[in-house]
Amino acid sequence: METTFILNISYLIGVLTFVFGLRLLGSPDTARKGNLLAAFGMTFSVLVTLFIPIEGASNNYLWIFGGLLIGGAIGWLTAIRVQMTDMPQLVSILNGLGGACAALLAVTELLPYFQGTLEMTTSQLAIGIFALLIGLVSFSGSLLAYGKLQGLVKDSQVQLPMHNVINMIMLLAVLILGILISFFSGSYTMFFVFIAVTLVYGVSFVAPIGGADMPVVISLLNSMTGLSAAAAGFIYQSQLMIVGGILVGAAGTILTVLMCQAMNRSLFNVIIGGFGSSGGGAVAADTDGKTAKTITVNDMAIQMFYSQSVVFVPGYGLAVAQAQKTVKELEDLLEKNGVDVKYAIHPVAGRMPGHMNVLLAEANVPYPKLLDMDEANDMLPNTDVVVVVGANDVVNPSAEDTPGSPIYGMPVLQVWNAKNVIVLKRSMSPGYAGIQNPLFFNDKTKMLFGDAKHTLSELAKEVKTL
Amino acid sequence: MEQFITEFNQNLFFIYLIIFTIILGFEVISKVPTILHTPLMSGANAISGVVLIGAILLIRTAGSDEYLRLTLGFLGIILGTINIVGGFKVTDRMLDMFKKKAK
Repeated sequence: METTFILNISYLIGVLTFVFGLRLLGSPDTARKGNLLAAFGMTFSVLVTLFIPIEGASNNYLWIFGGLLIGGAIGWLTAIRVQMTDMPQLVSILNGLGGACAALLAVTELLPYFQGTLEMTTSQLAIGIFALLIGLVSFSGSLLAYGKLQGLVKDSQVQLPMHNVINMIMLLAVLILGILISFFSGSYTMFFVFIAVTLVYGVSFVAPIGGADMPVVISLLNSMTGLSAAAAGFIYQSQLMIVGGILVGAAGTILTVLMCQAMNRSLFNVIIGGFGSSGGGAVAADTDGKTAKTITVNDMAIQMFYSQSVVFVPGYGLAVAQAQKTVKELEDLLEKNGVDVKYAIHPVAGRMPGHMNVLLAEANVPYPKLLDMDEANDMLPNTDVVVVVGANDVVNPSAEDTPGSPIYGMPVLQVWNAKNVIVLKRSMSPGYAGIQNPLFFNDKTKMLFGDAKHTLSELAKEVKTL
Repeated sequence: MEQFITEFNQNLFFIYLIIFTIILGFEVISKVPTILHTPLMSGANAISGVVLIGAILLIRTAGSDEYLRLTLGFLGIILGTINIVGGFKVTDRMLDMFKKKAK
């Protein structure tokens, strides 16, 4: 009686720390406290779960502490060593492990039923199967997402012809199997077939989604892991797991929706992965046979140095070139001369939500300098020089003026409203969406080709001599 | 249908809990600004490691000779702990970098 009371009170405290922790995460000033609060609540709940007396339990502490030690060491070392540019991969893999953990619990709790040693009600069974399904998809899907982000797997290697149809069939198979097992008592074999098919489905589900769509898929997988944790919470009748899981599910869902909105596409459209691959028949933007103009490093340095305001627009190219610190160096040099420097960040720039903000924070750029899309679009008409670093589709005017373009309707950074635009780019090749960018042919635009980091450090050298 | 009604009545508390938590989640999180999207995601990710609680309960209540349960639970504990420790630590590292003024 008393132990149950202590346990319940402790979990209640745990739930509150999660809710307030997430709330504090909503503002840059309090975010760190929020994270620590949630971490404290988690540690507290884990400790209580560890040591609360359970009648007749054999405890098996050796197994538990062994697991905690190994997991804790791996988690800690990974977290302190990871490069900020690799954050999307890390979030994916951690997320996948959470899903795997929920799936393992579901398997362990369901096994005795299929061995015939335990009776379960239909709803218990259905919840177990649900936790298993989402956990497994989240696990194998996250593994592939990790592989893609880490560059181990190329998008083209895992895409099959008619992939949407294959995925639909597999999803149907998974659902039918799940329903059969839950409501019409499946067999041992069926259970394992279900596990195998679901794992394959997770991989196949993520396979056609790639490149610039990664922020959506990471958010979606994140929300699935949350749901699987919540479903596992039902197995243990644990309110803490249920609330924690649902909160994560909500966070992931909100981010998924925000990312889709930032690309003006439906979730369904992203999932079927139609963007880059089927955009072949798209209306080409009218470039009037113009050619792109180039600028030299020297001229660009002078132009930036003697302007009043410069806005950098970072994209995935900045992360690839690891150029965040070089940008910051350039920013410092320009600010010394009284140039106002800001950064305009599109919500889907990079490979995960907020990717660019983390990179620039790492380079010690104070966050009031990081403008979101609306702030930036208000400011751009009064900006002297916009420097686009490794971004493409998020600054494409076709999104506003070319109906029929695959990205038509997507909210973009209106850099063409600034007085001058300089685009740092490796080559003239189109972006992820495979569409030409008329910005490059705009009268205000000049191009500077080369590796972003190299170009930026050359610029910094040049600015120093002025 | 009858079974559904019985289940519904029995689990009414949980149904309320789910609905209110979903509403609460959307309310709390929808205000997060763009610059904090990554820490929000990795922090939330760490919270989803709460499944660790289940894994601990699983092992504690398993018999000391139920090696299959113990092994699966042990794996679950490792994965859940990586998720929690790695998630909170990396979020903290990131948030430590967000500064209002340059050093």
